[in-house]
Amino acid sequence: MVASIDAPEKMIGKAIKRREDPRLISGAGQFIDDLRLPGMLHLGLVRSPYAHAKIKSIDLSPALAMPGVVAAYTGDDFMDLNPLPAAWQAGGVKNNAVTPRVLAVNEVHLAGDPVAVVVAEDQYLARDAAQAVVVDYEPLPVVVDGKKAAEAGAPQLHEEAPNNIVLEWSCGKDVDAIDHALADAEVTSSLHIINQRLIPTPIEPRGSIARYDPGTGDYTLWITSQAPHVMRLLIAAFVMGIPEQKIRTISPDIGGGFGSKIFCYYDMPLTMAISKKLGGRPIKFFEDRMENYVSTTHGRDHITDVEVGATRDGKITALKVQTWANIGAYFSTIAAGIPTTLYGRMISGCYKIPNIRVDVTATYTNTAMVDAYRGAGRPEAAYVIERVCDAVAAATGVDPAEVRRKNFIQPEDFPYDTGVGMLPYDSGNYEGALDKALAQVGYQELRAEQKRRIDAGEQKLLGIGLSSYVEVCGVAPSKWIGLPGEGWGAGLWESANIRVQLTGKTVITTGSLPHGQGHETTFAQLASDKLGIPYDDIQIKHSDSLGTPFGFGSYGSRSLTVGGTAIYKSTDKIIDKVKKLGAHMLEASEQDVEFEDGKVFVKGSPDAAKTIQEIALAAHVAYDLPEGMEPFLDETTYYDPPNCTFPFGTHVCVVEVDKESGEIDLVKYLAVDDVGNVINPLIVGGQLHGGIAQGLAQALYEGACYDDDGQLLTGSLTDYAIPKARQVPWYELDSTVTPSPVNPMGAKGAGEAGTIASTPAVANAVVDAVRHLGVDNIQMPMTPERIWVAMNESN
Amino acid sequence: MSTAVAQSVVPVDITVNGVEHHAEVEPRQLLVHFLRETLGLTGTHVGCDTSSCGACTIHLDGNAVKSCTVFTAQADGSTIMTIEGIGTEEHLHPVQEGFWEEHGLQCGYCTPGMIMAAAAFLETNPDPTEAEIRHALEGNLCRCTGYQNIVKAIQYAAKKG
Amino acid sequence: MLDAAEPPAIPTRKGEQGVYPTQFEYVRPSSVDEAIAILAADPDAKVLAGGHSLIPAMKLRLAAPGTIVDIGKIDGLSGVSINGGVTIGAMTTYRAIVDASGLDGFPVVQAATKQVGDPSVRNRGTIGGSLAHNDPAADLTAVMLALNASVTAKGPKGERTVPVDDLFVGLLTTSLESDEIITSVSIPDDFAGAKQAYMKHPHPASGYAVVGVAVAVKEKDGKVESARIAVTGAPDHAKRATSAENALVGKALDADSIAAAAALATDDLGELNGDVYASPEYRAHLVKVLTKRALSQAAGL
Repeated sequence: MVASIDAPEKMIGKAIKRREDPRLISGAGQFIDDLRLPGMLHLGLVRSPYAHAKIKSIDLSPALAMPGVVAAYTGDDFMDLNPLPAAWQAGGVKNNAVTPRVLAVNEVHLAGDPVAVVVAEDQYLARDAAQAVVVDYEPLPVVVDGKKAAEAGAPQLHEEAPNNIVLEWSCGKDVDAIDHALADAEVTSSLHIINQRLIPTPIEPRGSIARYDPGTGDYTLWITSQAPHVMRLLIAAFVMGIPEQKIRTISPDIGGGFGSKIFCYYDMPLTMAISKKLGGRPIKFFEDRMENYVSTTHGRDHITDVEVGATRDGKITALKVQTWANIGAYFSTIAAGIPTTLYGRMISGCYKIPNIRVDVTATYTNTAMVDAYRGAGRPEAAYVIERVCDAVAAATGVDPAEVRRKNFIQPEDFPYDTGVGMLPYDSGNYEGALDKALAQVGYQELRAEQKRRIDAGEQKLLGIGLSSYVEVCGVAPSKWIGLPGEGWGAGLWESANIRVQLTGKTVITTGSLPHGQGHETTFAQLASDKLGIPYDDIQIKHSDSLGTPFGFGSYGSRSLTVGGTAIYKSTDKIIDKVKKLGAHMLEASEQDVEFEDGKVFVKGSPDAAKTIQEIALAAHVAYDLPEGMEPFLDETTYYDPPNCTFPFGTHVCVVEVDKESGEIDLVKYLAVDDVGNVINPLIVGGQLHGGIAQGLAQALYEGACYDDDGQLLTGSLTDYAIPKARQVPWYELDSTVTPSPVNPMGAKGAGEAGTIASTPAVANAVVDAVRHLGVDNIQMPMTPERIWVAMNESN
Repeated sequence: MSTAVAQSVVPVDITVNGVEHHAEVEPRQLLVHFLRETLGLTGTHVGCDTSSCGACTIHLDGNAVKSCTVFTAQADGSTIMTIEGIGTEEHLHPVQEGFWEEHGLQCGYCTPGMIMAAAAFLETNPDPTEAEIRHALEGNLCRCTGYQNIVKAIQYAAKKG
Repeated sequence: MLDAAEPPAIPTRKGEQGVYPTQFEYVRPSSVDEAIAILAADPDAKVLAGGHSLIPAMKLRLAAPGTIVDIGKIDGLSGVSINGGVTIGAMTTYRAIVDASGLDGFPVVQAATKQVGDPSVRNRGTIGGSLAHNDPAADLTAVMLALNASVTAKGPKGERTVPVDDLFVGLLTTSLESDEIITSVSIPDDFAGAKQAYMKHPHPASGYAVVGVAVAVKEKDGKVESARIAVTGAPDHAKRATSAENALVGKALDADSIAAAAALATDDLGELNGDVYASPEYRAHLVKVLTKRALSQAAGL
């Protein structure tokens, strides 16, 4: 008889500090660059200096002659590897998908395209040897602009994609209907929006280490991946043509991803193939920052023209959007889904808009590939609609807050179908979040102060920016997002296995995995409350394809809502069995017992309870099980969500703009977010902070820039301005709670909300500060110079 | 093109986290690689090529420096502390404790450099304002946290003293 | 002689990698004379001071010296001493300058030095290295110009004094010979206790001066007796805005005279830099704005 255990402390909703942290604050984290394998060799890549060129010849011999160099290869040595897969092609339209090979063959399409590789005993030697390789190129004409690429006479990248067009996609009403609706509108306005290219910039770059086992023919691949199971599938089935089980993928600690570590990259199969060629010596590739900037994926890069129609009192009646989406030199893993499903179908934002049409043309250019970056499509959509709301306010004279209020989808409208092919929004109270934000920030007082400064001719102008956002998280029901619908080339469910072991110590394996989000903490909090097992007795295992059930990975704010639900459902299954076995042990019928706080007892007699630990022991030793019951508490769930979740909220940004110089101060930032129910407020707060910083950085600081020759001008952290501590404000967070009906926790997802909301909040604030001067548009990043120019041009 | 140079080797004596090391190093070896590759102290990270990110920050003779911008040879005769030496599991440095308590980290990649930079800063300014903390972090980039909880972590450590 | 104190503004590299320098010979002389002898004998040798310009350039393989002459262990090259004006040893780190006593007459030096790079950079980077490197966006180049400083340089032919006015001659170029080493920087007492300020618009990523303006103004009987205004970030190297300086002389330092001077601040700077972040036109505007602000701050307005 095990001593009676008190019910463990309730964990859900508690802001407990993370269990991941002790190793990370003491230098004991294991990132990919920290792995040490005996006999490991290092790759140095030879990259094209030209953005577009024919490869005329490659001479590896100077490199091979250098001491410490073990081997060197060109793309011709890897023709047995297929090009990387295009896993998400846009649904319902033709996709001219051209994906990269592990090394470019015959032609390069971006500056930084790898054309050869050297293998050396250490990193310094690999770098020396890569520099010694002689490549003869014949330069070809270059195009870097996503809209110009589709114009007649533009340089052509791929034969398979005439006019550089990847795809042409649309959603919403037909052209005639939208044009009529615009023609009938009492007020119209238009905006030209450049949603500039961003570089994700996790502080840890990307890398791969592969080890081939000549005895078994199996590979182990360590990767900085947000989706190790998917990488195994893609590399095995599509690149190498071997069974999935021949590859074990492991994501060690990952130093941030923000989307850029979702995708299948050249170095993954390349390190594997070289390890095999070299008899199983472990092969390591680890980007430096320059390589990360030129050849890991970028985000955003849309050029958009918007026309909006509204009534004189500010109700939006029609929205017509034409977007050119630059996807770079090749089709990255899920590139097509971002500007289509995750952008076009979210363009309606929080609003009831009766007539919408979105046209998207995706193009190839001689630039780094563009794919999902934090928010992925939704920030671009939120930016369009939130800038549009302010444009409607300006055109009608209605206050920006009132424009939003007049157009909001109302709480009783849910589930709400926006009519552009998105799943129905699950739940919301958009006006509630707006009202709370306006009250907290003192909106009327700010407007009065803004006017006072203008009237007094003061040097520092005040700008107030609103952003009421909704986004789609918890992706996604497989039958909606999959090939028959939105074109995603697989399912998008998630998995969890729970084993309550003999001692009651519990291990949960999950297909979700962290790259900073604290899954080990949040998931254990969730399971602890459900199972009544102490938090410290539960361990979360992840990131290794050998030890975890298949999962699609962590992105799209889906870990808790989809992966967490799989855990939740597995706890239900464990509890079912615990109740059956507990009833048997209590010599009661299953109908007569209850499970509460980790104990099974006959209703009305909680003192004579069997604890889950006692029951786990009985299940494991299996001396006395009910007829037909299998031993062990071990349950797995594969969970396919019935819908996505739709977090929302209102952010308010207050800026001061210096009338003389265009310099900006971020004076105040207030976020009211509704992410549904929260498991760990500390972690959710951190996600929002980081998201807000990334989003405001797009508005003010960041922008990847290529010259006309396709050279990345912002190729290092001395040019590309990710925000520093003194460049961001104090974030005031508040919330409303509208549980999602989609999952049993009522959670909506919090990973991307901040990024989606903050860019338009900051941008609207800047434009708001100078609108009285006649400025109605400034492109991002809204640098002091751009603001200064806008103020001058309007005068 | 690199030219073949008769490689001289530099003998160095460096004390790291209280342990004396004698080594013969390539002149071009960066201190961060000495720590990571030669000594196996992989808590010090590399996040950029341009002395921008601060993930490699250590204490060299008591001062915070970017170990990617120092040759090992320059550190001959010096005393170094890395993240592995600043606290123990039982007795975390107050800055480590602050980062844990205030959720000052997410992915943890920048964190060792942040902690080393913050610890050195608090030595010179034990009671800083928020603005002073933010300026002290000028050379350390974090992409996850938006810095607010890092500021709070350092305030926590300052209060703890 | 390439060396200095701050990471350089990185030119675009065509698809190459960073982090790993090429091979070189390493020498660590114990005296300046020994260092000079090595430099004189080996044209492929470079001086390594704080290393915060040279090492980043070497990592990117923009610099690949055959020999590195590490002057970090030479005694007597660092420290701040008072002698009418102030003399600062070439190997004095930014941090040491910020912490030094004796600079009371020149508050602009410490105010500007606190804005160089970041704390880690300031712990390694040196004033001599900065002036020798002559980065177009460095901070102390302008400050030393404004204070009419001069450097002492030692070479095979002996020691000489070079006014900073004559030191900066072009982009990343000084008037020193490749076998000369700066041993100290001297600030005369001309502007000791005078009105002075440094205003900077930092690049959002690098922290370098997009434009920085240092001013020093000496008054007599309520009028400006002499003024020096130096601009960094905008021209190809730090330069004086002499027209603006002249406009102040003989006037009371007030809003009107400051505005008039600021309007002339770009007249002597030649062609201005432009990059992704700021065009030459905007830099020109910032020069005027920051000249006005620096003079206003110096004047206590």
